[in-house]
Amino acid sequence: MSIDMSVSPAPLLPPQLMQTEALLTMRGLSRSYGAVRALRNVDVTVYPGEVMGVVGESGSGKSTLLRMMNLEDTPDRGDYRLRLPDRDDCNLFDLGRYQRRMLCAHHIGIVYQNPHLGLLMRHSSSGNVAERLLIAGERSFDVLRSKARDALDASEFPLARMDARPAELSGGMQQRVQLAKAIALEPALLLLDEPTTGLDVSVQALVLDTLKRLQRDRHITMVLVSHDLGVIRTMADRVLVMRHGEVVEQGLADQVFQDPQHPYTQQLVHAKL
Amino acid sequence: MQTTEPLLRVQGLAKTFRMYHLDSMLHAFEGISFDLHAGEFLLLKGRNGAGKSTLLRTLWRSYLPVDGHIWYRSQLGMIDLARAADVDIALLRRQEIGFVTQFLNARPRVAAQDIVAEPLRLAGHAPDAALEQARHWLGEFGVRPELWRAYPSTFSGGEQQKVNLARALILPQRLLLLDEPTASLDAGARAALVRRLADLKSSGVAIIGVFHHPGDVAQLIDREIDLATRVIADDSERIDHVAL
Repeated sequence: MSIDMSVSPAPLLPPQLMQTEALLTMRGLSRSYGAVRALRNVDVTVYPGEVMGVVGESGSGKSTLLRMMNLEDTPDRGDYRLRLPDRDDCNLFDLGRYQRRMLCAHHIGIVYQNPHLGLLMRHSSSGNVAERLLIAGERSFDVLRSKARDALDASEFPLARMDARPAELSGGMQQRVQLAKAIALEPALLLLDEPTTGLDVSVQALVLDTLKRLQRDRHITMVLVSHDLGVIRTMADRVLVMRHGEVVEQGLADQVFQDPQHPYTQQLVHAKL
Repeated sequence: MQTTEPLLRVQGLAKTFRMYHLDSMLHAFEGISFDLHAGEFLLLKGRNGAGKSTLLRTLWRSYLPVDGHIWYRSQLGMIDLARAADVDIALLRRQEIGFVTQFLNARPRVAAQDIVAEPLRLAGHAPDAALEQARHWLGEFGVRPELWRAYPSTFSGGEQQKVNLARALILPQRLLLLDEPTASLDAGARAALVRRLADLKSSGVAIIGVFHHPGDVAQLIDREIDLATRVIADDSERIDHVAL
């Protein structure tokens, strides 16, 4: 390849893109709850295989954004597309309830901060994972059991306890069951809403290790919401900084932490102990 | 004089930090211009605070330049690293451009051999082959075999740096940025590093480095830039002033 470097090309804005197509694209998302503007004209792009961290103070819109990605809510305005091999390109907010449920069952996994939101606490752990497979159409008991076992194993859940109910498990183990349920169908997108908040530091490190390994071995694309900058720094390739429902800055994780451009991001980074 | 197209052309690069909490600007450098060809080794010199590490981090895009261009001839085409999309930078970091600092980002509960193998795993290498390579390079840099499965967060600074180097240099790149990689290394590890850098250089990897003791790599250096005086010197005694 011969390229003439003697002539300075004009500055390229917006930045040139070499080859990577986005997995997730959200454009112009706005959502108000009464007088509260939870999201204001938010644009997000997530690329295959990356971990996108979302940071910001309480009430900044992080979790609302994640709920939108999981199609649990519909914005007042905005467009949401996922590039999936077996689906036509369309605004996912135009889908009906059943279509949304099927799409999420097959392609999107989520782990909530509060396990009660993601698990049936009186069912067995393996039953919780199997429930996701049932929604997706799997009916054979042996296959359900086998796939649930595989997903729990991949989430580093002790298989001797796969029939224990989540209510009998520690917080860290409950998060592993949520994770197993979320990855059981190998989703294109894994959403993590403060997955380690409230866990002991040692348990938090174990859960983060598991997530890192899943990303490395299965190349699962993740969106990770956390107020803990240490967690984001450990996990994220890119970071989105939110404040008052707006995206104030986004960039490579090391750039956002080492050379933050927005006054709020500087304040956030400097406040970290 | 090089006749081939440069791998990297830096033009009028400038970096200033804006510190909102102090309502002030911190000037790092401006008007930096130079070319770098495949297989060249460029040493950055200058007193403390001259901007050597800042320049490296700006090329790596941990810092965003405020002006200028960083034209890089990637395998996928020409790209201005100063303005490229984050996703493109991330891709180039995985495949073509490496950065070695003096600090290891040791994650809790991840074994030394797994930390070192990770770049190969992310590049798609099979787990066993990646681990074998990782052990080879840990051995080359003098990490004892009994430590390969241990967690580096508990290692001494020198041992952590050996793990860091093994990880950073395991995957051959086209452009390598080195920020004081010999700091806290013992003589054996320094010699292993110089051997590895010589191999990479002879295979065509372009290298820009900041060294606390430049004598360690004296035989590899083709040119020097003194950021304090803005003078470029090459190995034939030709001296140019850095374009301002």
